[in-house]
Amino acid sequence: MSAFSAIGEETEQDQNEFTPGLEPQPTWCPGCGDFGVLKALKGAAAELGLSPDEMMVTTGIGCSGKLNSYFNSYGFHTIHGRSLPIARAAKLANPGLTVVAAGGDGDGYGIGGNHFMHTARENHDITYIVFNNEIFGLTKGQTSPTSPMGHKSKTQPHGSAKTPLRPLSMSLNAGASYVARTAAVNPNQAKDIIVEAIQHDGFSHVDFLTQCPTWNKDARQYVPYIDINDSDDYEFDNTDRSEASEMMFETENALHEGTVLTGRYYVDEDRPSYQQEKQRIGEMPEEPLAERYFDDSYEWERTFDNFLDKHK
Amino acid sequence: MTDHELIWRIAGGSGDGIASTSQNFAKALMRAGLHVFTHRHYPSRIRGGHTYTEVRVSADPVKSRGDGYNFLLALGDSFARNPSEGAYYGNEEIKPLSENLDELNEGGVIVYDSGLLDASEIEDFDERVEENDWHVYDIDLRTIAREHGREVMRNTAGVAVTCAIADIEPDVIKSLMSDAMPDKILEPNLTVFDDAYEMVQEEYDVEAPDVSAPTGEHDEEQVLLSGSDAIAYGAIDEGCRFIAGYPMTPWTEVFTIMTQNLPELGGISEQVEDEIAAAALAIGASHAGVKAMSGSSGGGFSLMSEPLGLAEITETPLVLVEAMRAGPSTGMPTKPEQSDLEHVLYTSQGDSHRIVFAPGNAAEAYYQTRKAFQIAYEYQIPSIVLYDQKLGGELTNVPASVFDEEPNADLGSVLTEAELEDAPHDDSGKYQRFQHDTENGVSPRSLPGQKGGRYLATGNEHMPAGHISESPENRVAQMNRRMQKVDNIRAELDADGEFNTVHGDEDADLGLITFGSQQGTVEEAADVLNEKGHSVKVLGVSEMMPFPKQQVADFLDSVDEALVVEMTASAQFRGLISKELGGYGDQMSSLLKYNGNPFEPADIVEGFETALLEGEELPDNRTKFVPKVGE
Repeated sequence: MSAFSAIGEETEQDQNEFTPGLEPQPTWCPGCGDFGVLKALKGAAAELGLSPDEMMVTTGIGCSGKLNSYFNSYGFHTIHGRSLPIARAAKLANPGLTVVAAGGDGDGYGIGGNHFMHTARENHDITYIVFNNEIFGLTKGQTSPTSPMGHKSKTQPHGSAKTPLRPLSMSLNAGASYVARTAAVNPNQAKDIIVEAIQHDGFSHVDFLTQCPTWNKDARQYVPYIDINDSDDYEFDNTDRSEASEMMFETENALHEGTVLTGRYYVDEDRPSYQQEKQRIGEMPEEPLAERYFDDSYEWERTFDNFLDKHK
Repeated sequence: MTDHELIWRIAGGSGDGIASTSQNFAKALMRAGLHVFTHRHYPSRIRGGHTYTEVRVSADPVKSRGDGYNFLLALGDSFARNPSEGAYYGNEEIKPLSENLDELNEGGVIVYDSGLLDASEIEDFDERVEENDWHVYDIDLRTIAREHGREVMRNTAGVAVTCAIADIEPDVIKSLMSDAMPDKILEPNLTVFDDAYEMVQEEYDVEAPDVSAPTGEHDEEQVLLSGSDAIAYGAIDEGCRFIAGYPMTPWTEVFTIMTQNLPELGGISEQVEDEIAAAALAIGASHAGVKAMSGSSGGGFSLMSEPLGLAEITETPLVLVEAMRAGPSTGMPTKPEQSDLEHVLYTSQGDSHRIVFAPGNAAEAYYQTRKAFQIAYEYQIPSIVLYDQKLGGELTNVPASVFDEEPNADLGSVLTEAELEDAPHDDSGKYQRFQHDTENGVSPRSLPGQKGGRYLATGNEHMPAGHISESPENRVAQMNRRMQKVDNIRAELDADGEFNTVHGDEDADLGLITFGSQQGTVEEAADVLNEKGHSVKVLGVSEMMPFPKQQVADFLDSVDEALVVEMTASAQFRGLISKELGGYGDQMSSLLKYNGNPFEPADIVEGFETALLEGEELPDNRTKFVPKVGE
């Protein structure tokens, strides 16, 4: 019998199950795009029949990091940029968990960029939602890795001399097997994309455009948006790597020219997840490791029997 | 120390098999009933560069490198750079011979490979030989090796020559070769061995050896292993089945041993993008209910600083190991030092509350690693095993029975789903995982996936169910509870009372105090001093945080003066004692060494006699006093 009975349990969930009684109302500013992520995640979790006790949501630091306070599940609000390494270890330790990591554009594409690149490369079976508002919000409006060139702020008084980072292209090149962009103003698409991302076996990256009405007033509210998968103007095959790459490049350019493109950019259902690869080479057990510590019949190996001969 | 010891030094180039040859030699002599202790000296370079390993061999237990050495086997450096005039590295080819003469004791033996080394290139070689009464054997080992095998087998030829000269039974070595070598290379190696052995017997008079190996017998079965082995085995026996790391010398040894062994134990090893990730993965795995560890050396441990603090405030069990090397920055990657002590004790923002052990030898490294896991998981706190390049790499014989212990995979203070049903929850069903008032400061945790156990872990200060809060009352309650755990751990360690050891003359009025890997060397120095008629005892401290205040204070109260011996340049350990005890400053002085080489017992004997007895300055700059003598 599993020591983790919440995992895989058949449940009917209302999305209100994911609203914590202690802090039901978020402290995000009125009109903040982060509300859109919270709503989409609650809707997706309910639609998938997940229970709060089988989900582990890890976050970094920033407005996005408050997601843990407003979403009822196991949560780990980590340190700036480090939600991914903690998330992927939890998944390796207990693969039955549904693991979602989240962070902002500074958190994920700046300070945590190295982890983002390597988690994508390894194709861990987790979902990563990046609240991309093109600015540092909680520290009051500094230029971020996705701020457009020329962006003025107290830390870039003459306008940023840097071109913005390309989150979708970077994700594809690093090795993510599911890459999408959605926007807070598009709640139905957002929920559907998060459902797909959680279902996907492998690293799924959702770049979630979240408008910041307080510190990024100059930026558009990400409307009107276009769903590239529905629009006749954008014909491409999102299972083809090079076509996906071109579409991403166009999308990243278009954002700074006033056109908001969203949708599923790359989907690779064939690539095995990291866990599968690791099991294939014999470096990960078939049974969840976390269960073993509750298995009274397990005979724990010891040095004296297993390793001393080569030292004699 | 006994009068009759073989201290054999095999010198050559990096990449020439010096390490494996010396390891086989040490193991063979251990099997023959002797006590062995090795000391490695190597550069941060893959191919070439002077390297040596010393194997000290004695009929009695040994716990340190010796004073100097008495048998040199100098092989060539296959990857030496061309001698260039003006280049700082000089003539690398001759270094296996030239670099090792200063420490060779009077009456010692030199065997050198005349196929590769030309002693006439060394200034005053013949004069020095005569002056020191050295016995020189120039033997073309390369040619012997080539005749029946390949040139690389000159190591085997050199070992055979050693056996012939130092009166070691050939079968002692040959039976080990049969176990250690694959068939394909075994036959030619055995032939090379016999040729070289017979050649010496025929051509030299070895009836009355100048330096010979002792003979002895063990009263129980022994194993040859390093501190790195012992740490890894301690972790495995505590049910650690997850490790994450990034390579860095000398921590890589523990990481490698774990990584090679974990798959067959159904465990997981992750080599990751950097040390921030490594520590974070260990936290993530532990949080999810798997016993986990990570580690690094100084530079990588700097990157672990922030995750370490996260483990403290989220009360996530975490075991880290830190293998010190000479710093600051990249420092000297392959040279030991103990100067990361303060770094490991205090790094990361806020008031540190963690456990830091510094084992004194391989057996202690095994026990203390186990203890580190037990405390980490019971008290939900980070535990760090602090060691160094010396303890990590030196091989010594340890009774096999040390490891005849039961495994312990207990996750510590974790609730089961059944227990969670009766545990306190908040209005939204979150388990109150960080309760204010608990018996020993520990509030049991739940694990993700357990029904009824959800809570929020956060690096912010938090309420009982994990919600972020800056309430002053809650802050003080949580902080006090977390700090209280450290006091309770100290009480538990005092009750165990096994790791901080006193050695020597109990009634002595002069003391030596040291920590970590220097313990064995300082104890041997005390034995020498006591044999010379002094009255000395040693306190070897292996628990750095929480500090064993009472034991150290009792020791200081029992002596008039104490010399604190450590491998740092700023007397960090003496500073720690003063800080923790708030006094005793006038009673302590320091003997420091930070030139990249570990203390030899003679350094300490000399330092002790100079500092505490005669009041004069040290004769050279190998070691240093703080404060200066007379101040």
